[in-house]
Amino acid sequence: MIDLTHRSAAECLLRLHDERLEIEGFQKGVPRWCAGCGDNAVLTAAQRLLRDEGLRPEKTVFVSGIGCSSRFPHYMNTYGFHGIHGRALPVAEGIRLARPDLNVFVNTGDGDSFSIGAAHWIHAIRYNMRMVVMVHDNQIYGLTKKQASPTSPRGTRSNTTPRGSYLEGLNPLTVTLGVQNVSFVAQAADWIPEMLYEILQAAFHHDGLAFIRIVQRCPEWMPDNFDPWLHDPSRVQLLHHPSSLSISSSLASLFPNHLEHDPSDIHRAREIASSSDPLPVGILYHDPTVPRYDEIIRSEATHSSASVRRLLDAEFDKVAVTGGELDD
Amino acid sequence: MSTVQSTRSELSAEVGERQVVTLTEHVVEIISDSGEGAQRCGQSFGAIAARTGNGVWTVEIIPAEIQPPARSVAGASGNRVRLGSGPITNGGDEADLVVAFNEQVLLGRVHARELKPGCTILLEDMWREHRDPRIAASYAETYDLLVAAGYRIIEVPMERECRTLVSDARRGKNMYALGMLCAIYQFDLGLAREQVALTFRKKTQALIDTNVTLLTAGYEWALANLDLAFHVPAAPTDQRQVVTNGNTALALGVVASGMEICSMYPITPATSASHYLSEIFPKVGGVVHQAEDEIAAATFAIGASYAGKCAVTITSGPGYSLKQEAIGLAVMAEIPLVVVNVQRGGPSTGQPTKVEQGDLLTSIFGSHGDAPKVVIAASSIEDCFYSIITARRIAETFNTVVVVLSDASLATAQQPYPRPEFDPAWLAPPVDQSHVPDGLQPYAWDETTGLSRRFTPGQPGGMYTLTGLAHDTSGSVAYDPDANEQGLHARSLKLAALQKTLRPPRVHGDESGDLLVIGWGGTRGAIEEAVDRLRAEGREVSSLHLRFLNPLPPGLKEIMAGFDQVMTVEANWSDRLDDPIIDETNRRYSALAMLLRSRYLVDVDTWSEVGGQPIKPGRVQRAILRKLDGR
Ligand SMILES: Cc1ncc(C[n+]2csc(CCOP(=O)(O)OP(=O)(O)O)c2C)c(N)n1
Ligand code: SF4
Ligand SMILES: [Mg+2]
Repeated sequence: MIDLTHRSAAECLLRLHDERLEIEGFQKGVPRWCAGCGDNAVLTAAQRLLRDEGLRPEKTVFVSGIGCSSRFPHYMNTYGFHGIHGRALPVAEGIRLARPDLNVFVNTGDGDSFSIGAAHWIHAIRYNMRMVVMVHDNQIYGLTKKQASPTSPRGTRSNTTPRGSYLEGLNPLTVTLGVQNVSFVAQAADWIPEMLYEILQAAFHHDGLAFIRIVQRCPEWMPDNFDPWLHDPSRVQLLHHPSSLSISSSLASLFPNHLEHDPSDIHRAREIASSSDPLPVGILYHDPTVPRYDEIIRSEATHSSASVRRLLDAEFDKVAVTGGELDD
Repeated sequence: MSTVQSTRSELSAEVGERQVVTLTEHVVEIISDSGEGAQRCGQSFGAIAARTGNGVWTVEIIPAEIQPPARSVAGASGNRVRLGSGPITNGGDEADLVVAFNEQVLLGRVHARELKPGCTILLEDMWREHRDPRIAASYAETYDLLVAAGYRIIEVPMERECRTLVSDARRGKNMYALGMLCAIYQFDLGLAREQVALTFRKKTQALIDTNVTLLTAGYEWALANLDLAFHVPAAPTDQRQVVTNGNTALALGVVASGMEICSMYPITPATSASHYLSEIFPKVGGVVHQAEDEIAAATFAIGASYAGKCAVTITSGPGYSLKQEAIGLAVMAEIPLVVVNVQRGGPSTGQPTKVEQGDLLTSIFGSHGDAPKVVIAASSIEDCFYSIITARRIAETFNTVVVVLSDASLATAQQPYPRPEFDPAWLAPPVDQSHVPDGLQPYAWDETTGLSRRFTPGQPGGMYTLTGLAHDTSGSVAYDPDANEQGLHARSLKLAALQKTLRPPRVHGDESGDLLVIGWGGTRGAIEEAVDRLRAEGREVSSLHLRFLNPLPPGLKEIMAGFDQVMTVEANWSDRLDDPIIDETNRRYSALAMLLRSRYLVDVDTWSEVGGQPIKPGRVQRAILRKLDGR
């Protein structure tokens, strides 16, 4: 692979003198989400992150599938890839493999990732390629107008389940924590922007795939869905640890329920993940040492006209027909 | 090597005593239970013939199961080797000489009608005295049956002879058989020994020595005991040649095209291309990603292409079906992508190892909506190599999907072809990271060609959101019908622009006559051979082989106009007019015939065969004769 990270020293120097962009520099268009839609909070957090980290818009790609949440890249002034339903992760993996120099973010919905894209979700966790994955989990199919999703709580009345959905909702956190090579799992809620931002920032600095389930309100189709947690903040449990996130005093006063949790403890992480009430918010699991597939499979050899010629020559030699004469 | 060569001259006196029959070509089959090494024997025999200067085409004989029961009619595993004085472009008709390790696999080939009536069969005789009386009886019965049917069976004590040299004759009998064949066909023993050493180059010297000993023993036994001696004179060539199968050529084509990423999911008969690529690709910094499924394989490749490294995904029928939505995305968003479909029998799981050209129409029209894409088909082993280079280039020039069709008849067949000389121009230019000119839009479609300049992440000033939704020139979602139509228009124009760069295909034979046969893909060798045979008899028939299927090249209508009749020959389904309820109003034509009829309003007939085997020149010859004689 050609390493694009160090293309030219001049380019790097230039960058040092670049002005950091203000938040407007990362904004594009007017989001078409419903008023009160939780996706707006995610967008703001992401734009803040890019500003604070001083990322270059041209070096950043937001990849999504299809759904309300997958409109996200249209509102970022970066490169964006609004692809097909369920396939954001493999697209992002291809980008990551081709371009180690880019910042890769994924925005996907609960239907997009846990239903049609479920295979890719499991395997993306296992590949552990460097990227930040934000799952906007509103527990419903928003864009297609209210059908039950895999995470809809049992009994959810939707257009395909008018008498209430039949099955218990799938718990994306416990599933993710059960996958080999999982390296970063967090849960955020759109209505706690401070935590959302800090989680996103930690995720961005994680050297692997950072999976964030964002509990997201959909006032249009699920207006009362998270009322119990909104009305009683003590039903939200903020996770903190000296090695991980700390809770500011202002946040602590709003959300009194805290739990010290060491994110290197996967067993404890799985226990915490299995609870929806209280709703854990914070970093559940973090292991920075898990190898990344994008690094493992990249070979040392460089791609060049010379190396291609050498390889073809060597391979054609092995299958060469020498003709009638024997060459000793 | 000099000691090896002297062996040849010592033995040459004995050879001299036999009647050597000179031939222009011969079809040889070596068959065994799977695991007994007949494939390796056949491949080595083919390589020796090629190195001697013969034209060669080898076809793998593969049982459907990995480990079929021993001694079963459906379990024949091995190789067909057709060798000739001139170039050989296909597996030919029925076999002239067969080496069989048991009578059951032999029966399998008889049932499949792959053996020429009365052909010579060298049959392992150990079964005659087998301690299991049922096996002995079955052997004797089959032997008598085949002899009565006119086959010339020579019983050969391969097992017994090998046992005098090795303890387990199951391993090694294949090299003994190879030695016999080399003696029969007058091949140089020194060359054969060299080939055996090459075949086992990754093994220990002791193993190489054992195999060379077996080879020599088989060679000497044949000289001493068989009155069979054939000579297919080789035309010496100065040309540097290589021998590979189609899938190896595809993989080498991927390397030569400059692509660095291949994402795939295993599927027969495409997988071996990825196996080989996995072995060699890291040497040039390339990666083979085995994705979790074909949808992921396609979208992964799309991601890589979008990010500036045009990627390839290699598959076969069922996997190709799964990729359709992703292909539509690449067409819509104008992302270069190379999709290789090594076709197999369909629909559904179909016939995984069998030959069929059933995916032409789905390649052209697959994916919902109007999704114009380029489709090219390799028509020879060599073509498999160059098609990928062409495909990558077209994909990146026209920012679209290029489907490369191969099939099971090319995938595992081997043939010598001129050694490709690497040209750095085959490679992709470096990823464009220049500043996008101010004001330039990501889909600034050219009014004439539909082309626009692709923006790659990393390019300052080029930030836009790619979408599979209908979009306007700025890439923004297009809600108004005019913008949607503009996009459809531009994507369609690109195919026309490509078509303008193509040359009319060359007619094989005269440019006018009674009948023009049109084919595509892996049937080329058989069709041209059939045409040559009939032309030699004075028949006015010519053929045309299409490499570009979408867009079709210019000049076809004019070419067809030179002939009284036109007919395609294809390995996909077409309704037979002798079915009682089939007539002109409901007949389903073969894929290419359908295309030609609809595009050119020419009454193109079709003859097709979907037997799962490579189409034989003799069958094409008969079909042409029936057409010419109005039967
Ligand atoms: C292959 C395919 N099937 C179905 C759809 C229709 N579809 C679009 S979005 C969607 C569900 C979106 O739900 P979710 O992923 O939860 O996103 P949200 O809209 O809730 O953010 C569906 C079923 C599609 N676009 N493509
Ligand atoms: S439907 Fe729900 S998820 Fe979609 S934009 Fe409206 S509030 Fe947000
Ligand atoms: Mg949803």
